[in-house]
Amino acid sequence: MVLLSLAYQSLKNRKLTTGLTIFSIGLSVALLIGVEQVRLGARESFSNTISQTDLITGARGGALQLLLYSVFRIGSATNNISYDTYVHFQKHPAVAWTIPYSLGDSHRGFRVVGTTNDFYEHYRFRRDRRIEFAQGRLPNGIFDVVLGSDVAATLQYKPGDPVTVTHGISQGRGLLNHDDKPFRVVGVLARTATPVDRSLYVTLFGMEAIHADWADGAPPMLGEETPAAKMTEQNLKVKQITSFLLRAKSRIDTLRLQREINTFADEPLMSIIPGVALAELWRTIGYAEDALAVVSVFVLIVGLLGMLVSLYTSLNERRREMAILRAIGAGPRKIVLLLVAETVLLSAAGAALGVGMVYGLSAAFQPLVERHFGLYLPIQPLSVGSFVYLAAVVVAGLLIGFVPAVKAYRNALADGLSVRL
Amino acid sequence: MFVLENVVKRYSLRGREVIGFRAERLELTTGGYQAVVGPSGSGKTTLLGLLTGILKPQSGVVSILGQDLAPLSNAGRDRFRGVHIGYIFQLFNLIPYLSVVENIVLPCRLTPERMQRLRGAAPEQAAKEVAGRLGIGELLHEPVANLSVGQQQRVAAARSLMGTPELVVADEPTSSLDFDHRERFIELLFENCATAGTTLIFVSHDRTLLPMFDRAISLPEINRVRT
Repeated sequence: MVLLSLAYQSLKNRKLTTGLTIFSIGLSVALLIGVEQVRLGARESFSNTISQTDLITGARGGALQLLLYSVFRIGSATNNISYDTYVHFQKHPAVAWTIPYSLGDSHRGFRVVGTTNDFYEHYRFRRDRRIEFAQGRLPNGIFDVVLGSDVAATLQYKPGDPVTVTHGISQGRGLLNHDDKPFRVVGVLARTATPVDRSLYVTLFGMEAIHADWADGAPPMLGEETPAAKMTEQNLKVKQITSFLLRAKSRIDTLRLQREINTFADEPLMSIIPGVALAELWRTIGYAEDALAVVSVFVLIVGLLGMLVSLYTSLNERRREMAILRAIGAGPRKIVLLLVAETVLLSAAGAALGVGMVYGLSAAFQPLVERHFGLYLPIQPLSVGSFVYLAAVVVAGLLIGFVPAVKAYRNALADGLSVRL
Repeated sequence: MFVLENVVKRYSLRGREVIGFRAERLELTTGGYQAVVGPSGSGKTTLLGLLTGILKPQSGVVSILGQDLAPLSNAGRDRFRGVHIGYIFQLFNLIPYLSVVENIVLPCRLTPERMQRLRGAAPEQAAKEVAGRLGIGELLHEPVANLSVGQQQRVAAARSLMGTPELVVADEPTSSLDFDHRERFIELLFENCATAGTTLIFVSHDRTLLPMFDRAISLPEINRVRT
């Protein structure tokens, strides 16, 4: 106890170096814990991008690809599935609800998704949160479009504005524009902090209408297109969609349904369980986070070495102090303990500061990260891994403390009571 | 009784063994004020080291209060010093990051036996008394950096007397004081050692102080090593 209070007062006496040392350890601990917390938060946020959906179904192809274009609006499908197939499963007795997606068009780099009102009704993310409207209403007409919040914010659109859809996925204004059939904004969705925010939503009929006269992926000749005014839901027939989300009536049916879809005779289909596919995807991008963790461990080592250097160099100035302590009856062992106590105090203070910084920074930057990266980082208690890191920092501080301590011990033995200054 | 008998202390200097100190017999009495005088190079530092158990002789007996220090382990000698000996340096006696009172109570904090000898009194209270007797009672909560050299030496004296050790060893504590302060300091030291019943061994090269002491021992006559 005496030694601990001596160590504390000694550190307090060297405010600047102590402060800098604690700060540098604090920064490196903040990086380490921050990476750990962000990666847990990101994983959490990532796996909560979509919830309550049991199966995602599309044309047969890569599972990852299906997940990416259906959930994250990344990449595109190689093939569509027929609307009849969709209806077949929509009416399947084991199915609670379905959400169809018709993809492939864009507006100024944002994906345009054709879907039905089932999307607004059933889609869930972050466990049980649903799609809500910030402004306007559901799209009822063929040429109604609803904007995700990022789209509305980036393009500064409001209800009533016209939107021209580009054929295919392209940044800015594409080559082939459906400018003969402009849409009109009728609503803006509330923020979800998921990829839902980065899309525009039209009805399946709207999607069909803009491609009505197209053949073999090419637009109709000039003057041959059906005028928008003549388009009605009665004379439009939805022929195909890209993929659909499905919720089974009971979770037990999920695997049976998946097998049924995967072996569907009329059309080659593929069905994936989002949780499983998300976990697989996370594993593939997990290498990046491992690299980040390794880097932050090295930063921490640098921080601790900084402490070692500052204590070691201070020892020469402190020879006198050690001689006084010896004269009072402190054996070399107590001198070792004094210095080890100092490094333990420094590293513990650094660890505490680091944790403080992590919480301070995440509170400050949470909204910013959510806005810019669509990553909702919950402010959560420290993970077990973080506690292991913190304990490791203090233990490393303790071990490092023995380096200057042994040096001080040798000095003390050599100096005895006389220090030549 | 403090007795050094047939003591030899060798150092290794650039790989060669040199004898730093050799004495057939040095005897100091319990009680009273004894000075050990000798010019620089006469082995003062080594003698101080031997008396306080910082140094371990290669052969011979160093008997302090009836205890031979020579066969004790390093830790044993450190403990012995902590319990029985107070020490005053020539200069820079104080731990810079502690206040005056914290410096004074340090021996009691580090060594439980010294604390016990306060007989239940709070160490801060005991420090206040000793400091009052040494004329530094109003400085207790000053940072040591604000003290003059004379004041610092008095704080060191107060510290060495805390918990009434049997022996106080002072290594030229007055060498940086002017003449008047020197005498005053020594008188105060005498008074306080007498109150506590502590033996004082005062090591100095300054022969003008000798008339104040009961007994003076000339180091060059004791130490057989000539440099």
